[in-house]
Amino acid sequence: MGKLLRWIGSDSFVVSLVAILLGLICGAIIMLIGGYNPIVAYIALFQKIFGSPYDIGETIREITPLILTGLSVAFAFRTGLFNIGAEGQFLIGMTGATFVGVKLSGLPWIVHAPLAVIVGALAGGLWGALAGWLKASRGVNEVITTIMLNWIGLFLSNYIVASFLLQPGQQRSYMIQDTASMSLPWLAAAFGNARLHWGTVVALLAAVVFYIILWRTKLGYELRAVGHNPHAAQYAGMNVNRRMVTAMFTAGIFAGLAGVFEVLGVFHYQTVMAASPGYGFDGIAVSLLGMNNPFGVVLGAALFGGLTYGSAGMSFGADVPPEIIRIVIGSVIFFVATQGIVRYVLLPFYKRRGKEVAKA
Amino acid sequence: MVTDIGGVNDKSFNQSAWEGLKKLEGNGVTVKYLQSKSDADYIPNMNTFVKDNYDLVWGIGFLMGDQLKTVATQNPNSKFAIIDNVVDAKNVESVTFAENEGSFLAGVVAGLMTKTNKIGFVGGVDIPVIKRFDLGFEAGVKAVNPNATITKNYTGAFDKPDLGKAAAATMYNAGVDIIFHASGATGNGVFNEAKDRVKAGKKVWVIGVDKDQSLEYGDDVTLTSMVKRVDEAVIRVTKDVINGQFKGGTTQVLGLKEDGVGLPDTSKKNVPADILAKVDDYKKKIISGEIKVPTAQ
Repeated sequence: MGKLLRWIGSDSFVVSLVAILLGLICGAIIMLIGGYNPIVAYIALFQKIFGSPYDIGETIREITPLILTGLSVAFAFRTGLFNIGAEGQFLIGMTGATFVGVKLSGLPWIVHAPLAVIVGALAGGLWGALAGWLKASRGVNEVITTIMLNWIGLFLSNYIVASFLLQPGQQRSYMIQDTASMSLPWLAAAFGNARLHWGTVVALLAAVVFYIILWRTKLGYELRAVGHNPHAAQYAGMNVNRRMVTAMFTAGIFAGLAGVFEVLGVFHYQTVMAASPGYGFDGIAVSLLGMNNPFGVVLGAALFGGLTYGSAGMSFGADVPPEIIRIVIGSVIFFVATQGIVRYVLLPFYKRRGKEVAKA
Repeated sequence: MVTDIGGVNDKSFNQSAWEGLKKLEGNGVTVKYLQSKSDADYIPNMNTFVKDNYDLVWGIGFLMGDQLKTVATQNPNSKFAIIDNVVDAKNVESVTFAENEGSFLAGVVAGLMTKTNKIGFVGGVDIPVIKRFDLGFEAGVKAVNPNATITKNYTGAFDKPDLGKAAAATMYNAGVDIIFHASGATGNGVFNEAKDRVKAGKKVWVIGVDKDQSLEYGDDVTLTSMVKRVDEAVIRVTKDVINGQFKGGTTQVLGLKEDGVGLPDTSKKNVPADILAKVDDYKKKIISGEIKVPTAQ
């Protein structure tokens, strides 16, 4: 906790706040050019996010999968891997959960729901591990494989839903059994029927687990060592290849869980999708916003999810067309993310300077 | 009004509904739309209108059926209406169209006007609504030109112009000269491909859908359109609400008889009068029940 407080007071947190403000100002200028009142629009945005229990609940619903996909990308990043495949892992996890949720019946909730979660999470994990294994055993760049696996994941999911789970006359699977539901009906009732579910709790726990694994275990130490310098890690006697697979497996579990709870908690069915829903790609931005720190990821997801959900308020309350809203959101993300990019680009220079100083 | 993921500028279905609604604006009537970016948005968008005490909430499109049912059940005192799907609830008015009847007429035009005897059909998602377009069109073509072959492609999406363009390119390459599309914004790609071909000096046609798409894409590519008067339907039901005559719990099916579907007057620019006369014949026969157009449930 003390660590968290120190982090909030730190330079990076201030920089983030300034970046958000800059983004909002930039968005305001664009709205002025378009002939819309930015003050009315921003008030509408915040009202949409915090205006009623229902809206708060739905904002949380929007944030939840982003936390998990953000953690997925961040975890792989800590091990020096760029996981662009959170999208595919999300879909495969989702499909695993749908399959168990629809096909198995007669089990009590206490068995069925956790089983669906575990199967989905493992499916996502294995999908991620596949890319990790290709990298470790064959040296194939994980950026390439994860992007490709996104498409394979999308069409495999569609195939599974369309051929084994499809409800006739619909473009979606059968509803999952009630015993597999991870919704929280009593809490949803308190939030005006907002679709709240256990996934939010799991996502926050996952952030804690992320922290504990990486900074409190030997495994995490090795993972980070591989991320910093795989050659040094190898020299120190660590099994670099195995750690890469472990990292991608864990990243896949996080992303898979995001998909799992979209089905078990929010929709209760899976559609045959023309394109992937994009939570995995948004996870890259979220992880960047959070600077690959688990608690930063939670805040980044809150910002990203809040803006996404609140944007409907700008359209409803201030008549700003959706296209301009996307520009506004884009500029906020841009400003917040560029400082991350700037730091990332500057990193090698810092290192070099460090080396030169050392030489001198 | 809540659009599906095609968005309010899809140049077909959602846009038509919005234009209908806009005609009712004024005289104390306010109208507004919310665009859905993904499936997850349907319920929050509908709830936004419900919580702001709108007198009627429109769900535009088949895809929203389950979600509209959920929201309607949770808010029994609000009124809802949906296009293209039947939602069984007391406070929901469902409007569907006999697309097969209108598509039959489009098929008659295509069957008589094709030079290569090869005709294409580009569908959005393989759901009953689109199936009705498909079957009606096929029956129309076969009725006047049994030798014509129809190539079909369901792209699986209503919002992917790139898929529409690719599908159209494949068909035109195979010698197809007329494509009928029933695929929302995906069809923009079909038109785009046809325009490229026409510019290159080839003569190909597209039959538009939902709206009179010749107004949007020009008469050089648009042969005719299978107009679905979504706007009229929206006006009809919304007026009922304004006048306090909202029924709810019922389904209206609008076909040729109700002028809910048909070909627009602009067809005469590209379609010769004798063919249009034949179309009229078939129209009368369908209305009188002499011809039964196959349909899908």
